[in-house]
Amino acid sequence: MSDPTEASEPVEATGGSAGERRVRVVLVDDHRMFRTGVQAEIGRTEETGVEVVGEAADVDQAVTVITATRPEVVLLDVHLPGGGGVEVLRRCAPLMADAERPVRFLALSVSDAAEDVIGVIRGGARGYVTKTITGTDLVDSIFRVQDGDAVFSPRLAGFVLDAFASTDAPPVDEDLDRLTQREREVLRLIARGYAYKEIAKQLFISVKTVESHVSAVLRKLQLSNRHELTRWATARRLV
Amino acid sequence: MPRWAARVTIDGMPEAATAPLAEPRPPRKLYRSSDGRWLGGVARGLAGHLGLPVIWVRLVFVGLFMADGLGALLYAAFWFFVPLGIGGVGSQRPSPFTTETASDGRRRLVARKPDKGQIVALLLMVVVAMVFVGSVDVGNGAKAYLLPAVLVGAGVALVWRQADNARRARWMEVGRRRRTLTLLRAAAGVVLVTTGVSGIFVLQGSAAHLGSILQAALAVLVGITLLAGPYLVRMTQDLSEERLMRIRAQERAEVAAHVHDSVLHTLTLIQRNAENANEVRRLARAQERDLRTWLYKPEGTGKDEADEPTHLADAVRRNAAEVEDKHGVPIEVVVVGDCPLDERTAAQMQAAREAMVNAAKYGGEGGAVQVYAEVEGRTVFVSVRDRGPGFDLDAIPADRMGVRESIIGRMERNGGTARLRAVPDGGTEVELEMERAEKTS
Repeated sequence: MSDPTEASEPVEATGGSAGERRVRVVLVDDHRMFRTGVQAEIGRTEETGVEVVGEAADVDQAVTVITATRPEVVLLDVHLPGGGGVEVLRRCAPLMADAERPVRFLALSVSDAAEDVIGVIRGGARGYVTKTITGTDLVDSIFRVQDGDAVFSPRLAGFVLDAFASTDAPPVDEDLDRLTQREREVLRLIARGYAYKEIAKQLFISVKTVESHVSAVLRKLQLSNRHELTRWATARRLV
Repeated sequence: MPRWAARVTIDGMPEAATAPLAEPRPPRKLYRSSDGRWLGGVARGLAGHLGLPVIWVRLVFVGLFMADGLGALLYAAFWFFVPLGIGGVGSQRPSPFTTETASDGRRRLVARKPDKGQIVALLLMVVVAMVFVGSVDVGNGAKAYLLPAVLVGAGVALVWRQADNARRARWMEVGRRRRTLTLLRAAAGVVLVTTGVSGIFVLQGSAAHLGSILQAALAVLVGITLLAGPYLVRMTQDLSEERLMRIRAQERAEVAAHVHDSVLHTLTLIQRNAENANEVRRLARAQERDLRTWLYKPEGTGKDEADEPTHLADAVRRNAAEVEDKHGVPIEVVVVGDCPLDERTAAQMQAAREAMVNAAKYGGEGGAVQVYAEVEGRTVFVSVRDRGPGFDLDAIPADRMGVRESIIGRMERNGGTARLRAVPDGGTEVELEMERAEKTS
């Protein structure tokens, strides 16, 4: 995929020190082949710092494994037998809310349908990436989610911009239903394929500020009461 | 029902081929003609079967009708017993209203005709009936019954004709008639028949007993319904279930065909090109795109490769797909908002395409090319970024006029702006901005 020399970079990119940082991950996906692939790509703990502590192929298994292993990050497939990723999120809600050792979810899916994307994000996932993501970027995203930050793929950023732009009705909650100018700028750059570091340089702000903007957008996305959001996603069944 | 439909198509097709006296075929069967018919399609069907012009058959029927209504009885018998089919006369044979148009246009003309023809036929029937009633003298007693009998006949014809339509719609998959119209027609038929029958009773002098007769009839009807009702309901349920199964099977076959045509094909190609990584990636991307379109796009929205995109989002995706196919570099597309294409945005699309080609050619090694398009109010913004080595515009060699001319020049000629710049962490980004033309809102 990408340059092997980059393999150690993402850890630095998130601010942690390479080699020391560890993250315990559970893989939830109903395709064994895909789990094996991801495992091979990110599972070399000494190199990537990612330790895959469990795998699950359906909703029930996922809940059991997650409860038993208490990972820091769960890579969650959107389409799963037994109710899909949203159901896993619903049943793991107490674990997500845990103040001491929260379990955080990163949705990973082959589907780019707005319905699915918005669905899992509103279900509580901290980010959404497509399965075509490179191993390096995936490791990067996992650490970011572990830190409690949000991970937006360009497409997700596009969806959010679209969903929050196409509003005819006045917002119910001014604070939650609108994006600030800065947030909009950040999202736009994400949609244009910029990495957080590049965004920071472009806007003359720190990476931390970029992260806080994205997290704010994620919060709005999850908490906004706007019916349009869901309706918009359902109506937009395009690729 | 399917067996029957199959027979129709097998037999209906050769009907058209009879004219040039083709090779011997299984014996022809008599069908009522479903297109271009006036009433039940009996005359057309018969004409087709006998090889005569329709008008002759019709005249014979009218003539026979004059003979104590024999024609009507005969017609009714044919209508009742002969199944409806496709074809009949009119494909080649000269007939009053098929001769003038010969090619594809004719089909439409004929198909629209029945509605008018039906009214004509009904009027004709009424006139003939009047003449008949007026002229024929069958004794005072019998004469009085004629009007009710005609009413009953008209009602029956109305209902039968409708049954034909329903049946035809089922196997021709056309003519989804409005439900109210169907009900209305059925009701009209029933009213006509009831009036006719009641009329006969009244004339017979049993008007006094009409109430009790109706009561008895009602009782019998209720009894029959109670006896046959559950059976009928079961039958309809079975029928609809069977139809559902058939639709499912058809869908499955369609999916199988698609998977076979595209996915299996691609997999074979991938195996064959296993050592050529670029080709494999290209094939996989193309197939992925194709499959996504097929799975998620609603019916009829730009699924056809043939038609030109009319909206910005489609155009961006289409261009990206084509460049991707040609250069084997993955292109990620994000589109926010959409608007119809006008002259200016079309020029912008061309410039964007050029930028994508450049990005794929010179910056494709660094990873996927990211394309972002946004419509905000009147402004359309497109950016294309790659993660390649990047280049300095001032340092572009003269042979790469492509960038200056086809991107920057094109945008400026159309009143837009283009900016090329190096991204902080490597790669090049092309930004294209254009105001939409005035007339579109």
